[in-house]
Amino acid sequence: MSHTASQPAEQLKIVIVGHVDHGKSTFVGRLFHDTGSLPEGKLEQLQRAAERRGVPFEWANLMDALQSERDQNITIDTAQIWFQTRKRQYVIIDAPGHKEFLKNMVTGAANAEAALLLIDAHEGVQENSRRHGYLLNLLGIRQVAVLVNKMDLAGYSRERFERIEAEYRAWLRTLGMEPRLFIPIAAREGDNIAARSPRMPWWNGPTVVETLDDFAVSHPPQDKPLRFPIQDVYRFDERRILAGRIESGSLKVGDRLLFSPGGKSSVVKTIERWNAPSREDAAAGESIGVTLTEQIFVERGAVAAIESAPPLELARFRARVFWLGRQPFRKGRAYKLKLATQEAECQIESIQKVIDASTLESVPREPGQEWVGRHEVGELTLKTRRPVAFDVFNEIVPTGRFVIVDGFDVAGGGIVVEDNYPRRTTEGAHKSENLFWSRGKVTAEHRARLNGHPGCIVWLTGLSGAGKSTLAVELERELFQAGKQAYVLDGDNVRHGLCSDLAFSPRDRQENIRRVGEVAKLFVDAGLVVVTAFISPYRADREFVRRLVPAGRFIEVFVNAPVEVCEKRDPKGLYARARANELREFTGVSAPYEPPQTPEIELRTDQLTVAESVARILEHLHVREADAAIMI
Amino acid sequence: MDYLTKLENQSIYIFREAFNKFENMAMLWSIGKDSTVLLWLARKAFFGHVPFPLVHVDTTYKIPSMIEYRDRLMREWNLQLVVGRNEEVLREGRTFPNGRASRVECCGTLKKDALKAVLEKHGFTGVVVGVRRDEEPTRAKERYFSPRDKNMEWNVEDQPPELWDQFKTDYDKGTHIRIHPLLHWTELNIWEYIERENIPVIPLYFANEKGERYRSIGCFPCTFPIQSRARTVREIIEELRVTRAPERAGRAQDKESEDAFEKLRRDGYM
Repeated sequence: MSHTASQPAEQLKIVIVGHVDHGKSTFVGRLFHDTGSLPEGKLEQLQRAAERRGVPFEWANLMDALQSERDQNITIDTAQIWFQTRKRQYVIIDAPGHKEFLKNMVTGAANAEAALLLIDAHEGVQENSRRHGYLLNLLGIRQVAVLVNKMDLAGYSRERFERIEAEYRAWLRTLGMEPRLFIPIAAREGDNIAARSPRMPWWNGPTVVETLDDFAVSHPPQDKPLRFPIQDVYRFDERRILAGRIESGSLKVGDRLLFSPGGKSSVVKTIERWNAPSREDAAAGESIGVTLTEQIFVERGAVAAIESAPPLELARFRARVFWLGRQPFRKGRAYKLKLATQEAECQIESIQKVIDASTLESVPREPGQEWVGRHEVGELTLKTRRPVAFDVFNEIVPTGRFVIVDGFDVAGGGIVVEDNYPRRTTEGAHKSENLFWSRGKVTAEHRARLNGHPGCIVWLTGLSGAGKSTLAVELERELFQAGKQAYVLDGDNVRHGLCSDLAFSPRDRQENIRRVGEVAKLFVDAGLVVVTAFISPYRADREFVRRLVPAGRFIEVFVNAPVEVCEKRDPKGLYARARANELREFTGVSAPYEPPQTPEIELRTDQLTVAESVARILEHLHVREADAAIMI
Repeated sequence: MDYLTKLENQSIYIFREAFNKFENMAMLWSIGKDSTVLLWLARKAFFGHVPFPLVHVDTTYKIPSMIEYRDRLMREWNLQLVVGRNEEVLREGRTFPNGRASRVECCGTLKKDALKAVLEKHGFTGVVVGVRRDEEPTRAKERYFSPRDKNMEWNVEDQPPELWDQFKTDYDKGTHIRIHPLLHWTELNIWEYIERENIPVIPLYFANEKGERYRSIGCFPCTFPIQSRARTVREIIEELRVTRAPERAGRAQDKESEDAFEKLRRDGYM
């Protein structure tokens, strides 16, 4: 089990949490012993020390090496130790369970990829069992196993174990969490740690070590949009290097980067590394440097992104903050916000709710008493002195979380929660810092209830002549007759008014789609099924619109007919004019079309009739209803 | 991304945060394997440069080949060096080798006090140190950015929270911050990285003809070699994968009492 000569290919960081005295340190000591990971002489040394003091030997002493902890018998700080199984190396983070040391528990948990939460079988679920569960969820740790410990003190009772499992599982469900597994153990005796316990023959599940090996190592989010926060700008030699770590996505030489806040842009000239193989690209997790083709003024704090998927850039956002400071987090006082490499002065604008994380109940406050106390969680709106670049935590984790500094100390941490944030325009420069989405008293849910369906976008894309407008009007009619609120936005129609100032250059096409997307978003908010009929040739533009509305509310329909078929149909005589060079930048002839890679629906309109095509779309919408009642 | 590259990227990130946040930063270089890997990571972080001075606390009891090695790398890697020495105690001969101090007292004056003096003289507010959590239990509780008060003391009971790579970079006048970019590395990781990057290390780590090598190096009166046949980096890696002896087994000052090392560290020892 221990120290095999084969090289472990990976490392996983695990935090051990739970209420004080539920046996975390004992468990860790035993885990080390049972996997043969203890340094030589350590056990004997501690046994001798216990003997000298005239106290019984405790497994917990292995971890609690500091004097003060030995005296108090509680872990006061996060400690890390290493061990390995056949599968991989582990870093075990032992976090204290006493409420007073919550900041140390949070420190430990924030650095972990998975968690083991211990509950004493004898004492059952306690205040910090619940609080730690809440915080694990808030910190974004999704791999959790619950160990019901001290089964020896509960007579190895299956019934006791199952009662605790039922109670705690219910609590986690209210938080939206589903633990991997509950395991009955007796840490002091080694039951179900590395080997199955003969004292609990009713337990057929895995041991703790098997469960650990089943957890997955987390990887930086490479499949998300690029976020490259700048740490510093170096000029040690002739190069001007922007240094930082890619937090999500990837970049390559030649990419145009947009820097937020501010909206300056430039192109990646080189990717810099020292004593490493030279590569023209870099991905999430890598600490690198870049040089740019045009020198623009960029400082620490800027977040580089690809232009089509930038972060939000606002001076107000909604957040959930857990407070660790001795002084409360008060409205009306100035604090420092640190988000990625940005720093900005911030204040609480309003507090929606203060929560006790061990009960989920609102903490009552007298009128005018607006603050979040130590170990409480606040749902609130923060405002910053200047706009900051950020994302919603559920979308892009590293730029969706932050800490609050009070004086010299980090006193709280938080995550950005969803809201109707205004997305930046492509011309970021002229927008006001004080924009905020004002919310009415009628919500999207109210409208959905009245209409019998929520709003969504059915986005038809394809070449001119592929049949988009024909399908759009037929679909609208069918929906209307079925009693649904539907409306068509047609390419030609919007160019008469909303977009009459735009031509057909790539930039204008992009702006055209952006405006249509924004209008469609408002219609969705108003509860309508919006059917759009635009060539919309660029993938990035369609993806931009997809990101404007909640997940699942953008249905991309690839109206696909070969260009020869479209040209033969040529309902508006446009192909003929394009071939005669009378029309410049005509999609499919002299301008590119980027087909969707994973559209929700693809319709071969050279093979399907209009009625068949419309039926396919209706089917898709109805199917969704049967599933989850999300769609019409 | 393999785990050595993960460790490397994290250390580079920490180095850059520190360099940006501390106007007057220095790094302790003990000439040992850890702080030499640290130095290598600095060159990674700063694209081949080391844009801050290195501090070497010289007890004058260092093994002589350590000083030769130090001076060679200084030239080859273009390093700035500041040497700290407790001249007074050395002049008066109040040291362990002279029989006029215990091992722990000797570490206290020649290392800890000398360090304090050199930090004060140069006004360093950020001090990069190559300690690792797996070395011994008190270091297991360290933070990446760890504050020291005016007397260089470490308040282990009340450490700042550290989450999501947001570190403690605000501090009061007179205090300083220790920065630990190697905190999450193990001894084995260090050797695997030395092998991967081909980092030159001092030959004392390799077994001699008597079958002895140093696993951890320091002052010659208090550091002892271990029995080993490992003559190459690869052989050291193979040896570490099967050993269960602690790394600091050859360091005598840790063993004067159960909590000797813990006390030294609270008072400002690295």
